[in-house]
Amino acid sequence: MTIKRSLAAATFGAAALTAAAFAPAANAQMKHEGVTVNILTRPGPVIAGRLEQRGEEFKAMTGATIEVATVPFADLFQKLLTDWSTGTNSIDVGVFASGWAVELADSDLLADLSDFVANDPGLQFDDIAPYFREFNQKIDGKTYLITVDGDFHMMYYRTDVLEKNGLEPPDTWDEYLEVAAAVHGQDMNGDGEGDYGSCLFKKRNAQSFWLILSVAGAFLQSQGTGQGIFFDTATMEPLVRNEGFREALRILKETGKYGPPDELNLDVTDTRPIVLSGRCALLLEWGDIGPLSIDLTQSKIDGLVASKILPGSRRVVDRATGKLTDCTPELCPYAIDGVNHAPFAAFGGWSGAVNAKSDPKVIAAAYDFLSYMNAPEQSNFDVTQGWTGYNPYRISQFENIQPWVDAGFSQESAENYLGAIGQSLNSPNMASDLRIPGTQQYEGICLDREIARFLAGEITDEQTMDNIYECWEEVTEDFGRERQGALYRASLGITN
Amino acid sequence: MATEGGPIGRRRPGEDPAAADVNDVPAATRRGRRIAEWFDRQARTLFVMPAVVMILVFSIFPLIATFILSLSRVRLRGGGYRIRYVGTRNYEKQLFGSEQWHFLGTFDGVGVLGWIVAAAAAGLLAWWLIRYFGGRSGPVSVAGAIGRLITASVLFGIAFMFAATLFSGTRLGTLGVTLFYVVVGCGIQFLIGLGLALLCSQPIRGRTFFRVVFFLPLMVTPIGIGFTFRMMADTGKGPFAPIWQWFGLGDFAWAVNPWTARAFIIVGDSWQWIPFIFVVLLAALENVPRDLVEAGHVDGAGSWQIFREITWPHIVPVAATVMLIRVIEGFKLVDLPNMMTGGGPGIATESMTLHSFFAWRALDPAQSAAISYLLLFVTVVLCVSYFMLVVRKRAAAHG
Repeated sequence: MTIKRSLAAATFGAAALTAAAFAPAANAQMKHEGVTVNILTRPGPVIAGRLEQRGEEFKAMTGATIEVATVPFADLFQKLLTDWSTGTNSIDVGVFASGWAVELADSDLLADLSDFVANDPGLQFDDIAPYFREFNQKIDGKTYLITVDGDFHMMYYRTDVLEKNGLEPPDTWDEYLEVAAAVHGQDMNGDGEGDYGSCLFKKRNAQSFWLILSVAGAFLQSQGTGQGIFFDTATMEPLVRNEGFREALRILKETGKYGPPDELNLDVTDTRPIVLSGRCALLLEWGDIGPLSIDLTQSKIDGLVASKILPGSRRVVDRATGKLTDCTPELCPYAIDGVNHAPFAAFGGWSGAVNAKSDPKVIAAAYDFLSYMNAPEQSNFDVTQGWTGYNPYRISQFENIQPWVDAGFSQESAENYLGAIGQSLNSPNMASDLRIPGTQQYEGICLDREIARFLAGEITDEQTMDNIYECWEEVTEDFGRERQGALYRASLGITN
Repeated sequence: MATEGGPIGRRRPGEDPAAADVNDVPAATRRGRRIAEWFDRQARTLFVMPAVVMILVFSIFPLIATFILSLSRVRLRGGGYRIRYVGTRNYEKQLFGSEQWHFLGTFDGVGVLGWIVAAAAAGLLAWWLIRYFGGRSGPVSVAGAIGRLITASVLFGIAFMFAATLFSGTRLGTLGVTLFYVVVGCGIQFLIGLGLALLCSQPIRGRTFFRVVFFLPLMVTPIGIGFTFRMMADTGKGPFAPIWQWFGLGDFAWAVNPWTARAFIIVGDSWQWIPFIFVVLLAALENVPRDLVEAGHVDGAGSWQIFREITWPHIVPVAATVMLIRVIEGFKLVDLPNMMTGGGPGIATESMTLHSFFAWRALDPAQSAAISYLLLFVTVVLCVSYFMLVVRKRAAAHG
């Protein structure tokens, strides 16, 4: 690992040298001297930590000061919307979920960055994977966001635990439960204590609501990304009152039998240490687990964990009847060995958006900073470091394995990790996260609260589905059904 | 002031003193004097004005603005707010509409035990009112009658709410959870605070040290207490994990059971607030006349008798007041459930203040304002009733 760390340090040094190489020219002009860019994002070191560090580099190059402020994840959108809509404008850049941007752009609160992008060859725009380039960053064909992180939910599994038990990595959600049940209670890290079959972050008011969507996707969407997992594209009726969503609720609840006893009170920052200490056989997570698993300062699972596309289902919802139906080539055209997978782009990835009301000089500096973060010279290194919270989103990050090996991955584990993300990203049936006005209310309020109540045993599956349905309908009516429908269709790439 | 600057001399009979002054004093001086007199007359108003303005701006205006907000539908948009008047719809939503389960609890018919509790509450309140209107608990007045009717109505509403939820096997809403925190939490805090105060009022070694140590938690920020108690209560990896595991509780998770989660929040809250009750009651205990206590001892009274007959009557006014302050604070509990459980499992530990905060965070400031006003109403009715019927009555009884 010393060698690996040295290589990682060398790579970082090379990136710094690259930055320094640009510095003389930049210093001569000091393009943004005296400009301060105020950024708001979630608390670090994940996400915010790297912004601060790159901000120092950027200041040395351009003279612009990058100030990074943080608020808890659940408060982030509200703070941004309040600051920008009331004209306080104390924040110049928000780094947040790309799905939230639609509501902000719809209120003319975001600066259109299309011209900047068009005149920025250093960004290497075409190297950004198509999904992030065309869907994550753009709204109505204009670029409003600059991606700094690519997010997909994947399944991770302990290779040693499954091998010891003669089990194959689960391919369907039913198999996920079977494997979790089979290994639950076994000692997986040699400390003499029984460990967990499945570890999921289920805390309310955090990020747990994406889990139900990751499970439900395989039951709800089989005809390709354009079908969507949230609403009927024609009527905007919520797709939550059907047998597929009910099955997803059942599976999510049953995972609790094989998880840590306090799973309902665990956020993702709580489950990660449990996972890294070797106590979990299966889990659903973003790409962070891969790079974190090779960090020996906190990981006991280096070389013992592998990733895979999210489990799927052999039965999917017939949209006409709402019933679960066995997959057929017509019903599940993208099924692999009869299993329909709908890898979920949960969250979409942390992305930077610029306040439209900021001073033009600040907007220019803010764009240059986001471009600096996104450029391959920086991001191709950052995504290999688990602590940054950034996951791959550029084609070069998937094609060039060397930076991953330099960071400490073995060739095999790097290929496995990137293969799982690549398979999710390139899936024609990839499930896109919600990207319409009110996204935070649909997901962060309605879905989050009702799923938490269901998991706590306060309400039945029927009540859960009814409550989410009513709550989503209320939000849709509030924003206007027709406009929401049009924006939802556009977010799925439906143009007619 | 009247003689300042004027000629000194005896006034002639029939002469108007003011006219004499006017005739004798130059016009500029007279104007100055009139201004000075005007300032004299307005002095009280001018001195009070800054305080009044401050109260209006920082206290009354927010109250009015929040009330207006609670009657509106608010949407944040580019360029500011869009506010639409919706009447009492936000209140209806909480009390009778789609948010009733969240605020009052889940109503699914009242069980046998629920009916018994409701009937007992109704009987007790009816007896209390009849006793008052019959003149057996003092003179009857219009204000007293109205106040007691309001108190009885609110108390019956609360009792029925518990009867239809807690005692009928369904879930409590945030109002019920808040009342649980207030009644159970403040009750425990009072008993332990009183016990510690009694101990520290004894001539024991290290008394001063214990006084300081017991007082320290009050100075810790609630956010820190939330994190600390969440960590300490972690049976899997917290500092007391070996003890939990020794008791066979390694797989026990306090945060996933509604009642253990609420209990742990009360533990954290008590750790912070017991010192407040302790220090106030200690001061009251030290003011109990020593000669009376010594006389009791001389007369052969036991410790319990001395406490009941001498100490308690002397500290009751202070105890009632400290509980009033504590109850008002208790209604505003927000940090600990937010930090320790995020309001979960489900909504089991969500207090009304946290409910209001979540509504605000959900970009629904109007619902947030309505919940705040409902909290204000409940707090005011219960605390004013407590003050009028307990604190003042006790104070009157003790002269």
